[in-house]
Amino acid sequence: MSTETDLLDFARGPALEAALIIMVFGIFWRLVGVLALRRPRDLSEPRVRHAWLGGVKTIFTRMWPRREFRPRILHWEAVSYLFHFGLAVVILGLVPHILLIRDITGLSWPGLPTGVITFAAGVSLISLLALLAHRATHPVLRQISNFDDYFSWLLVFTPLLTGLMAYYHLGGRYEDLLALHMLSAELLLAWLPFSKLAHTVLFAFSRGVTGTIYSRRGAQT
Amino acid sequence: MTGTDTQFPLELNQPRLSVKKPEQRYDKQGEMDDTERLDRAMRGFIKDFGATAALYMESCVHCGQCAEVCQYYVQTGDPKYTPIWKLEPFKQAYKRETGPFAPLFRIFNLKRRVTVRELEEWQELIYDSCTQCGRCTMVCPMGIDIASLVGLARHGMAAAGLVPHELWATVERAKREGSPLGATPAVLKDRIAWLEDEHSVEIPLDQERADVLMTISSIEVMKYPQSIVALARIMKRMGASWTFRSDGYEATNFSMFAGDQQGQRQASLKLIEAAIAVGAKTLILPECGHAYQALRWQGANLYGEPLPFRVVQIAEYLAEGIRQGKLQLQPVQSSVTFHDPCQIVRRGGVTEAPREVLRALGVELREMDAHGAYNWCCGGGGGVVTIHRADPLRYRTYQIKMQQVEDTGAELLVSTCSNCRQTFDDGQAHFHWDKTAQSLLELVADHLVTEQE
Repeated sequence: MSTETDLLDFARGPALEAALIIMVFGIFWRLVGVLALRRPRDLSEPRVRHAWLGGVKTIFTRMWPRREFRPRILHWEAVSYLFHFGLAVVILGLVPHILLIRDITGLSWPGLPTGVITFAAGVSLISLLALLAHRATHPVLRQISNFDDYFSWLLVFTPLLTGLMAYYHLGGRYEDLLALHMLSAELLLAWLPFSKLAHTVLFAFSRGVTGTIYSRRGAQT
Repeated sequence: MTGTDTQFPLELNQPRLSVKKPEQRYDKQGEMDDTERLDRAMRGFIKDFGATAALYMESCVHCGQCAEVCQYYVQTGDPKYTPIWKLEPFKQAYKRETGPFAPLFRIFNLKRRVTVRELEEWQELIYDSCTQCGRCTMVCPMGIDIASLVGLARHGMAAAGLVPHELWATVERAKREGSPLGATPAVLKDRIAWLEDEHSVEIPLDQERADVLMTISSIEVMKYPQSIVALARIMKRMGASWTFRSDGYEATNFSMFAGDQQGQRQASLKLIEAAIAVGAKTLILPECGHAYQALRWQGANLYGEPLPFRVVQIAEYLAEGIRQGKLQLQPVQSSVTFHDPCQIVRRGGVTEAPREVLRALGVELREMDAHGAYNWCCGGGGGVVTIHRADPLRYRTYQIKMQQVEDTGAELLVSTCSNCRQTFDDGQAHFHWDKTAQSLLELVADHLVTEQE
């Protein structure tokens, strides 16, 4: 009996702490390692002043593909959005998650009904499976995918699945499932800075930089 | 006749710039062992690696959208043409050698060391199948400017002597003779004298002082000399003091395409120094896409300080003349579609000026389905038009462009880049197409309102 609660205690305590420390320090390291490199001043005469505004704009406009590109990419973009929305609802809407975030950051907001959460988790899981099948079958994605792509997929999929299992007491004792859920989520947090999952932070920087460069030239971003 | 001429004969009478021969699959320059070649490639690649490029290297999420907008993938369905894949060896080298987690990658050997063999294989992907048109940049959900990374990869390839033969030969010739196509100062002088005579226009050359320094692409000098006449007619109407200079006229910069930074800088410095020598307030770049990219956006950075004159593309200058009422135009009674040169429009920001000029010409402008910043490339940019072995692939990509033009149903096809123009001419001949690409500049010169003498 005591081993199981020990595992949950470990997941709630030291494992969580370690995961958060690795995540924060890892992201910091990755960002500084990149942003501290040389940034030579562009000496060409800008066509547009305050081009950084264009950079900020691009962070938002790149959320959705341009009309010209849609016919070939919109369907999978939509599936990807389903996954991202579902995941966001689950992470930010479930009351126990909010309580955890409140403990760590002091921020809090009202939760969503569990029916909504379950639905969002289901949508997320199904779209993740579809995206995996897409990655494993599309010639381009097969060519460019590596360990990071599949491992990161697994680390996102597992906490979603174990979370649902724990909530509905499927396939084991609640404490075990909860511990498994927390540990898998912690693995995800610790893996994030070293992997493609760092795009959660990097997207704003790379979009912003390109947006600024192109705006400066008076070009579309 | 110099050494380069006999070594790499250029087929000047062909509809486009090309060099005879090389059936060789992986072209190499210079004698060095693999270790040195690899070392040079990596140093050349990393040399100008700043925060921006590193950020791009870190950000790819392997979504594959770049492939879906790249003319090479769309036309072949071959996944090796995925734009970000074209950088794979350099991405690996970056992660292993310079990225924030490089020590981890090395200790656990998570990314193998790149080999010369791989770089040789990648030559086709970095040169033959990328025009640096930057369409992939526009779709990337992470905003990665893949075209600029290909430019950096080419720095590495050039340093290692791994440039496709014809592109390399073109650059060598430009460095030795001042022009990739044999438009030496003497040839330019001859051409100008002949054109002045033939067309009764005044074409100032080597004036000591002038407000405007005019530059020219040797593609125009050798293949489209009527462009020079058009420039002279227009400059007369503009009433500006202007001149060509035999010490700084060549606007093309094939070194930039090859990745030869020293050559790129040399070529730009000639123009910059000539402009300063004549006290020019304005330097006009001709109808040449990469010339605009090289001087307008990279010139000052290679020079080391802001340029003491402004740099404009000829379409911008024409639009200014129209706005100031100096260029009065007769209407063109045709429907027109405009091909946007990638380096001037998508990557240069000159989207409106050519359209302003077309409106002043009173044409019925029929835009292509994807135009402006989202245009399809003609397929000849990035030095690709010089690479002989890339021809079959280039013709496939050209078919997208032909279809786009056909779909508009426009009578005339107009553009403002002589490199696009020679690509169009070549494609037209290959496909026996009935559309000839016209120059915006020449269209304007041909429709100037007759002067009241």
